[in-house]
Amino acid sequence: MTGSSVWQQILDHSHRADPYPLYTELRKTPVRQVEDGSYVVSTYPEIVALLHDPRLSSDLRHLPEMGTVSGEGPGLPPSFIRLDPPEHDRIRRLLTWDFGPPHRPGRVDGMLPDMRVIVTGLIDDLVGKTRVDIVDEFAYPFPVTVICRLLDVPREDEPRFQALSDALIQVADPTTGSITERDRQRNKAMANLGQYFGGLLDARADQPAGDDLLSGLLRASGGDEPMTRAQVLANAALLLVAGHETTVNLITNGMLTLLRHPEVLDRLRRGEEPDLAARVVEELLRYEPPVHLLPETRNTLDDIEIAGVTIPAGSRVTLVLAAGSRDPALTPDPDRFDPDRAHNEHLGFGGGVHYCFGAPLARPETRIALTELAQRLRNPRLVADPPPYRANPGLRGPRHLFVDIDAVDPARP
Amino acid sequence: MKVIVDLTRCQGYAQCAFAAPEVFAMRGDEALLYDSDPGQGQRERIERAVAACPVQAILVDREGGRHRLSPETSRGLGEEMERIGRIVIVGASLAGLRAASVLRREGFAGSLTMIGDEAHPPYDRPPLSKQVLIGRASAQGTVLPRHDEFDVRWRLGVPATGLDLGGKQVILADGQRVRFDRMLIATGLRARAWPKETAAGLDGVCTIRTPEDAEGLRRRLAAGPSRVLVIGAGFTGCEVAAACRELDVLVTMVDRGPAPLAGALGAVIGRIAAQMHRDHGVDLRCGVQVEALEGDRDGRLRRARLSDGTTMEVDVAVAALGSVRNVEWLEGAGLAAGPWGVACDAGCRAVDANGVVTDDVFVAGDVARFPHPVYGFQYLALEHWGNAVAQAEIAAHNMISPQSRRWAHLALPEFWSTQYDAEIKSVGVPTYADQVVIPQGSVAQRRFVAVYGYRGRITAAVAFNQSKWLEFYAGLINQAAPFPPSFRTVDQPPDVHPVPAEVPVRPTYQATVVVTGHTPGQRRATLVRRPYL
Ligand SMILES: Cc1cc2nc3c(=O)[nH]c(=O)nc-3n(C[C@H](O)[C@H](O)[C@H](O)COP(=O)(O)OP(=O)(O)OC[C@H]3O[C@@H](n4cnc5c(N)ncnc54)[C@H](O)[C@@H]3O)c2cc1C
Ligand code: HEM
Ligand code: SF4
Repeated sequence: MTGSSVWQQILDHSHRADPYPLYTELRKTPVRQVEDGSYVVSTYPEIVALLHDPRLSSDLRHLPEMGTVSGEGPGLPPSFIRLDPPEHDRIRRLLTWDFGPPHRPGRVDGMLPDMRVIVTGLIDDLVGKTRVDIVDEFAYPFPVTVICRLLDVPREDEPRFQALSDALIQVADPTTGSITERDRQRNKAMANLGQYFGGLLDARADQPAGDDLLSGLLRASGGDEPMTRAQVLANAALLLVAGHETTVNLITNGMLTLLRHPEVLDRLRRGEEPDLAARVVEELLRYEPPVHLLPETRNTLDDIEIAGVTIPAGSRVTLVLAAGSRDPALTPDPDRFDPDRAHNEHLGFGGGVHYCFGAPLARPETRIALTELAQRLRNPRLVADPPPYRANPGLRGPRHLFVDIDAVDPARP
Repeated sequence: MKVIVDLTRCQGYAQCAFAAPEVFAMRGDEALLYDSDPGQGQRERIERAVAACPVQAILVDREGGRHRLSPETSRGLGEEMERIGRIVIVGASLAGLRAASVLRREGFAGSLTMIGDEAHPPYDRPPLSKQVLIGRASAQGTVLPRHDEFDVRWRLGVPATGLDLGGKQVILADGQRVRFDRMLIATGLRARAWPKETAAGLDGVCTIRTPEDAEGLRRRLAAGPSRVLVIGAGFTGCEVAAACRELDVLVTMVDRGPAPLAGALGAVIGRIAAQMHRDHGVDLRCGVQVEALEGDRDGRLRRARLSDGTTMEVDVAVAALGSVRNVEWLEGAGLAAGPWGVACDAGCRAVDANGVVTDDVFVAGDVARFPHPVYGFQYLALEHWGNAVAQAEIAAHNMISPQSRRWAHLALPEFWSTQYDAEIKSVGVPTYADQVVIPQGSVAQRRFVAVYGYRGRITAAVAFNQSKWLEFYAGLINQAAPFPPSFRTVDQPPDVHPVPAEVPVRPTYQATVVVTGHTPGQRRATLVRRPYL
């Protein structure tokens, strides 16, 4: 099995800072079976095809080896990221009801001023410092504050759910054990988070329903049968974690990439191109995305022939989104960071029915964050390149990003 | 500013509607309606939507465009281009404009003339029967965006009346002759009028193809008519009926066929559409024809007599009877042009009356008919936005490329229609089928995929609010995968069995796809002359 070594290297923590040359190697075999029997797909056309292939399921309960593992742990059904249509679609519609179009088209747009206020506050707090950690002092607290407000989760509870959330991210790391072991761990953490949300709901039981997403979830809406309480808990937990552990990496990867491409940083700082920041965000999602792979999240309901390989029914499949987004089949000169690409159909948020639910939130968060950092940090310099990385090969990003600065400029009007 | 969404590509991810909620609006799960002419104040939000669209389906006009030549496209240049000094495009609409911009993008530096009989700059038609009628976009605002202001000699408001192939000249109505080295025919089609001329002239009897048509109808609908009659339940008729209901206007839709959309999708899926329209309060009558439209002394439409014996009071009637191809100006030119359009090869080169391919004349868009290998090399005549764009791009590329670098137009036919909160999408040729099956989704919820088969292979797929799956089925069509599909997928209904597709034996007058000329008896070189159907 020639493919195994490159795959093992990709998973190995020592390659976290720059896995891209390994992805080039990986793409030479678009679909390969690796040591643990699962299939790894790394080329753009094949990943796109599989994201839209109804013979792939996101419901792990189809796998015989998952045995009795049911959902998100004792008493919790699977959250919708682990369900297939039609159940997946129904829950996604219910969650969207109070979040975006068609029912609440302006909700995220209405959050933009608030996002800017949060960002401005976090950067104001850096005044007087000459060395800052972009991760701990900025990129982590910002999206956490946003998602907490959206779900009406008390910000003070943060230490409690951060530990749970960390545990969940840990088990998404395929190097931390077999899929069944990890799933058992995951269930435990989810159950804890579910309990936490259960407490929140109970505490609110006798108050009038607020406008937060969570309160809306218990109501029926849009002609769909409402979720059960257990479903609400499982999906609230998913939103909290997903809103927590992804955008931090996009912002951090973004700052790192801008510091490595000072000409782009400078264009952002000058602020003369109103559409530049949006294109920088999309190019980051292609070039340095937070989600590198969807580790064994899919399984095959039937034999699938693709790129000359037959993936038999009942196989586990890993899609290496970050390798696909660097495939020359997507865009010329893929290893160059170029926000001016005319066409950028990246895989940063996945694709098909599971396309990232939080994308409309993560985009403006990152756009505002990077714009404000570019415009307010005077003469930022990387302290270490590469910075230290988190272990996880799937959800990849720096653990810290230390930057030296001369000063913090006041916010522009 | 100008905005256009390639709804053939759009999969309803709604990212645009999050980013610029005043410009892009979702209906239901994935139907998108947008304003093609939003104020400049929306530019920043729209640029974010453009960047965010996961399938990069949104186009806007940009000053100083940051367009780049991809290495692939600039390679076509060279000697071939040297010999071509003048290109003339007849038909200044979607296909014509797209061809012009590709010619310039690929580096054609000679003179480029666009001849169009409409006085407008090129505009987009699909919004005319959708967001324009309900007042979400203005009829005059659907002007197509241009990426870069390219150098074109516009001859708008002047029809071409003839083509002199030998002398390489296009003859204009004002007597002028325009010389060309290469030319593109992109004259599209026009709406078929109500056949009885006096009734067609009544105040209140409309068709819909142009912004004037759409604006006129919008005003009539906004004025609160007592009842609207839609004649013909093809895509256009169905969209007009949906707009009426959206405006809470009473509407009767009649069709002589068994169900709405049956001409294009077969009666099985047509009956599902029928239920959808009835659920929204349309008085739908199938197997019924309008026998007469009658007016009052002032020439205003008053009532309609139907073949089911009823007479109804109506003040607006929309004739959605399909279309007529704009080929009259080519009479006598020696090309294989007739009621089904102008024949061309897969490289978009026009075929002459003897069946010989010409070198200098190309065809694209609704006026073209071309052989498609997936459908037994039969000639397809399509009335699809996506086809006009794809074919224009290939025609333009081939016009300035040497033989060895020419491309073939092999894309599968694709189109969409937006009705109420349903986004209906099709890939392949649904009328090229003997059976249909629904392997995914729920008919009751109107969220499903239907797959069509012909003699044991998959030939088409139609999705109601399930467009994210469609490209999978397109792949199956391209591979001639066996029908019925037998694999296991997500969201399979409990019982999946194929039934007769009930597609029309002969193309009906509202089909948006027709496969023409397939029986040996029809294969002759005499050309059909007027009257056109
Ligand atoms: C109301 C409406 C709704 C639609 N909705 C959809 C939809 O939802 N989905 C979809 O896929 N497609 C849809 N379509 C079809 C789509 O708009 C067409 O496929 C597309 O416009 C074809 O472009 P074209 O350039 O080939 O032809 P046209 O747009 O017909 O343009 C031809 C042009 O040539 C001009 N012309 C004709 N004769 C001459 C002459 N002798 N000299 C000079 N100029 C001439 C015409 O006036 C016209 O301007 C819709 C069409 C209409 C009318
Ligand atoms: C930059 C930040 C983010 C990135 C790169 C990202 C990436 C992704 C990807 C790749 C998927 C697809 C998973 C799959 O196909 O199995 C996904 C799904 C999802 N994301 Fe995100 N995400 C981000 C931010 C967010 C935020 C802020 C939220 C919450 C508000 C969120 C919520 C979700 C949810 C709920 C799903 C599951 C959707 C479904 O199954 O239909 N994400 N995300
Ligand atoms: S696919 Fe693009 S155009 Fe279509 S709804 Fe989504 S973002 Fe909008």
